[in-house]
Amino acid sequence: MNTTEIKQTPLHAWHVAQGAKMAPFAGFSMPIQYSGIRQEHDAVRTRAGMFDVSHMGNFTVRGPGALAYLQRLTVNNVAKLAPGDVQYSALCRPDGGVIDDILVYCVAQNDYMVVVNAANITKDWNWCADHHKKWEVDCEMENVSEAISILSLQGPAAEAIFRAVAPDYEGTLKTYQCATLAVNGVSMLLGRTGYTGEDGFEFYPKSQDTEALWLALLAAGEAHGILPIGLAARDTLRLESGYSLYGHELTDSINPLEAGLAWITDLDSENKGDFIGRDALLTIRDVGPVRKLTGLLMEELAIPREGCPVLKDGKVVGAVTSGTLSPTLGKGIALALVEPSAAEHDTALAVEIRGAAKPAKAVGRAFYKRPKAQVQETVA
Amino acid sequence: MSSVPDNLQYTKDHEWTQITQGVATVGVTDHAQHELGDIVFVELPKVGATLKAGESFGTIEAVKTVAELYAPVTGTVTEVNTALATDAGVINTDPYGKGWILKVTVEGAPEDLLDAAAYQKLI
Repeated sequence: MNTTEIKQTPLHAWHVAQGAKMAPFAGFSMPIQYSGIRQEHDAVRTRAGMFDVSHMGNFTVRGPGALAYLQRLTVNNVAKLAPGDVQYSALCRPDGGVIDDILVYCVAQNDYMVVVNAANITKDWNWCADHHKKWEVDCEMENVSEAISILSLQGPAAEAIFRAVAPDYEGTLKTYQCATLAVNGVSMLLGRTGYTGEDGFEFYPKSQDTEALWLALLAAGEAHGILPIGLAARDTLRLESGYSLYGHELTDSINPLEAGLAWITDLDSENKGDFIGRDALLTIRDVGPVRKLTGLLMEELAIPREGCPVLKDGKVVGAVTSGTLSPTLGKGIALALVEPSAAEHDTALAVEIRGAAKPAKAVGRAFYKRPKAQVQETVA
Repeated sequence: MSSVPDNLQYTKDHEWTQITQGVATVGVTDHAQHELGDIVFVELPKVGATLKAGESFGTIEAVKTVAELYAPVTGTVTEVNTALATDAGVINTDPYGKGWILKVTVEGAPEDLLDAAAYQKLI
């Protein structure tokens, strides 16, 4: 990619001034690390962290036909959403392969926003626009990816910090709910969502309001020990929580049933109806997926990396899709796509790392779950 | 700015060495530790193993990535920094001091090593 084509978020100058390690990611120059992966990871697990994820894309879908259109386009049941609800979902190809994993925000009746991965903005937009035209649906679609930023506030102190910047808001947003309200004096959409396994909020300010919001959140978080968090710690945080990352656990050639996303794939509800990929996914469900996504926990100090072969009884049964050292556990962890028998919990496996088979066992994908007291507090 | 002490010699692969009375102490540079990020562990040869200049002698694992270690000199390993087994992170905090990796008795004349000025240009 030509360097002149690298895009910047509205906070680019701030990141550079902070001395963040910057690197190209999905066509954007993004902060990979500020103070260090471990420190940043720990801040989100124990206090709070701020992420600039403005590289991600947003499409608005509005009009009387919006629900019917999204129902045919996505795998989850959009009819379940009332205004103020958010849903994790995916776009699939006719063969069931995942085009992208997405969030669908139901902002108001007939008013939705779809959040997509940065690397897939063009692919998704073309896919959505082609079907919008083909189906002649009664709704308007707009790609607002450049006009709207995304800032993510995550960690046990997230709610206290949110309250400080939205003092007039007296309601309670539950996990996976959204609202449009005044934050730092500016009306904007936000959701109680995230990608870290912690409580958190994602804000959708206009580009021109982004820096003021970022600074206000950092100032409100200072007393809680907030840190800015780069994409490197974002990756260790999501991996500890067992969340898929597009391009790794999900691709055009991996279907949601293999990837552990049957829970978002509605093949049965009467009010869901047909959607792209449904026929193929019904067949895959009947026959059984040929591979499954599993968690792997290393039994000795070794760090599995993407592409490492996974062995069972000395035979290759799959490959690592993402791996790292879990800063919380102090152990090597991975997500891997393997033959279904190898994904049974506690199966003795090995990961081949630079030619050496290192012992591992198959475990659930969530290596980290936030303490229960804290979960209750946030959903109460 | 990464630190590049004048009294050391360097490889283009970002190892440093200091040769005193035929014994080379070897580590990775401040620039290397910064690029790698949080270092988790190192895999090293045992005392008595022979290294060949320019060839890989071990690996260094950081949270985000893994890198090969290349020998700055040819020789026999006389000592390995055992403290790294419990805290490899010391390579991040003190790459030229407590983060040293191993010591080697040097055989023959070292070749292709860079002085501080030449290494500084490289990074």
